[in-house]
Amino acid sequence: MDLVTLSRFQFAATTMFHFLFVPLTLGLTIIIAYMETKYVRTGDETYLKMTKFWGKLFLINFAVGVVTGITLEFQFGTNWSKYSAYVGDVFGSLLAIEATATFFLESTFIGVWVFGWKKLSKKAHATTAWLVALGSNLSAVWILIANAWMQSPVGFTFRNGRAEMVDFAAVLTQRFAIYKIIHTLSAALVLASFFIMGISAYHLLKDRNKDFFTKSFRTGLGFGLIFALVVFIMGDMNGVLVAEKQPAKLAAMESLWETQDMAPSYLFTWPDPENERNAIEIGRIPGLLSFLVKHDFNAVVPGLKDFPKEERPPVLVTSYAFRGMVGLGVIFILLTIFGWFKRKTLLDYPWYLRIMILAIPLPYLAIQLGWLVTELGRQPWLVYGIFKTADGASPVAASQVAVSLVAFILVYGLLGAAGFYLMYQKAIKGPDLEAEETQPDDDSAETQPA
Amino acid sequence: MVLQTIWFFLWGLLWAMYFMTDGFDLGIGTLYPILGKSNEDKQTMINAMGPLWDGNEVWLLTAGGVTFAAFPLVYAVMFSSLYTALMLILFALIIRGVSFEFRNKISHPGWIKVWDTCIFIGSVVPAILFGVAFANIFRGIPINGEGLFQGNLFTLLNPYGLLGGVLFLLLFVQHGANWIIVKSEGDLQARAIDLSKKIWPILVAVAVIFLVASWFATPLYKNYLAMPILWLVILGTVAALLSIRLFLNQGNWFKTWFASAFTIVGATFFGVIGLYPNLFPSSIDPAFSLSAHNASSSPLTLKIMLVVVILFVPLVLAYQIWTYWMFKDKVTQEDWMY
Repeated sequence: MDLVTLSRFQFAATTMFHFLFVPLTLGLTIIIAYMETKYVRTGDETYLKMTKFWGKLFLINFAVGVVTGITLEFQFGTNWSKYSAYVGDVFGSLLAIEATATFFLESTFIGVWVFGWKKLSKKAHATTAWLVALGSNLSAVWILIANAWMQSPVGFTFRNGRAEMVDFAAVLTQRFAIYKIIHTLSAALVLASFFIMGISAYHLLKDRNKDFFTKSFRTGLGFGLIFALVVFIMGDMNGVLVAEKQPAKLAAMESLWETQDMAPSYLFTWPDPENERNAIEIGRIPGLLSFLVKHDFNAVVPGLKDFPKEERPPVLVTSYAFRGMVGLGVIFILLTIFGWFKRKTLLDYPWYLRIMILAIPLPYLAIQLGWLVTELGRQPWLVYGIFKTADGASPVAASQVAVSLVAFILVYGLLGAAGFYLMYQKAIKGPDLEAEETQPDDDSAETQPA
Repeated sequence: MVLQTIWFFLWGLLWAMYFMTDGFDLGIGTLYPILGKSNEDKQTMINAMGPLWDGNEVWLLTAGGVTFAAFPLVYAVMFSSLYTALMLILFALIIRGVSFEFRNKISHPGWIKVWDTCIFIGSVVPAILFGVAFANIFRGIPINGEGLFQGNLFTLLNPYGLLGGVLFLLLFVQHGANWIIVKSEGDLQARAIDLSKKIWPILVAVAVIFLVASWFATPLYKNYLAMPILWLVILGTVAALLSIRLFLNQGNWFKTWFASAFTIVGATFFGVIGLYPNLFPSSIDPAFSLSAHNASSSPLTLKIMLVVVILFVPLVLAYQIWTYWMFKDKVTQEDWMY
């Protein structure tokens, strides 16, 4: 493999791995802060135990997310130095702000949250939970602003042989960034809520700690329902924006070859990039695509043939990743709506609880597919329309990248296995309601939930 | 341009902050197999840094991020030139970070052993490699006019580079032992005091050798000769280094730790001042060096980032100091969460 391919593989591997853990961090930290606040407000000990149980799972996940994030701060320099030198004036500042304004908040207060149970008042402790939630979610905001700039570069000019910032506000406030932020943070909340619902469902089916897991399930359900809808709506708005700013990506998502009005959507296609057509097209719905992206059945949507061959994204993966993501998004809405109507009688629907256990990995899958749509769909550009991926890699030896790629796969593979195994084990074991030996409470050690 | 000079020294300050804060974590990790005789000792050592190490490590991310924002060309050339060394540092920090969380999750001796080893390797490797990297930067890196690195990992392992590695390791170990003294009691504390006293003369000797070697191996003293008042930085650093022993004798543990903290900041600034205005000097031709003047971002970006730093760094310092204050007491058995 050549240098650029290896560098791309390494970036994809390290980023997608990092993003296996980060969404749960982002979503769960908010839900845990909510649980702890509920405990402080109502004095209901179950919410304290929920905070601690889900917190324990959260911390295992958090550790892997944090350490794999270190790589990302440096990887633009190690592996994409040409890119870094070209766009650092804009892109670098966003990364630096992310570290200065948000990583510190998240990483300092997580220590206080974990070790400060006895040193802080209940209210102050709950506040640190919210600071962690704020820090982690705001850090995602900054990196998404940076990514949005790669998708839709604004607020810069070409000067001194590079892209230089001229309008910082434009970079921060472009719609592409805002939609992406809401879409991604909501997706993280969906993932976290399915995580909570799935594990709760397992214990409810085993008839263990009913009060604890019913409350947990319902908490997850509330977040899940709201944010599954938000994800979907934002995804739709995002699509409109992609059609406007990245027409080649949209055409690839829909495997649309010919520019046309009344552009159709298909239930199923199998693209054939060699011959610039779809080998199979099933379930043609005329005009649907035009309507979805332009809100007008007669609007013209450009097809892939409008773009030179070397400027088209990989159609097969982009279109399937897109369909997978949308399909899963629909499933999340259906599952949470059903749960909402049956929330008082969940135990009467064991088949639903069983499905919810199996559904735990689905938001993970949806989020990874979403990343593929965004990043593969942007190809061959690194910064859409101005800088090609092929021009961005560091001039290091391909063998160096090959070695580090193998090392990443090995180390991350082991870390991921250990991390998921530990989470699995703690999740199956359930909360330690009898004895809180690790985090002694003032008076609650004996309290059993009603 | 004034902005570029301000950013040059902010860049130095952020690295100094990283070495000062995470330095004692790396030192404790290095001492982990030596001082951590029993599981209780090890628990105490982990918990001495438990609430703090993650926040400390962010100084590294900020130093890296700010290099990207203020000096994109340096970020690009430095990290791709030092590719293998940086990757080793990253892997080390990765395994160190998860060890704290994973270690006590399963009480099987083999499992614990794995993560104990990771804590040690994950600490000692970055401590040495940061020293090797910075000593090589002081000395000049073989980069050509295109910013292409003409060498490999072994190019960096020259005598002066290795000396830098030893110096950093000793600085961090001294600093780490001093933090253990603050946070522990009884036998562990006694051994940490003993160790700190034993390391100190070695550190002094290596520091002197490094200062002398820098005269011959690097152009660092040029700025000091041009501006003699700067010698105060070196004198101040030496004073801090000497006072470590003084405070150790007095049994004033917090002051001992502050003395090693100042020593690390001083040592970093000794190099940073000597480098000015270069951030990444070329050993092939000074014309190829990347400096604050030829590698910086646009004035607008530098200004935006300056506002960000002026707003947030004092805030970060305030809440980190508050955190240190909260966790200044001895580690007790009750704190063994991990």
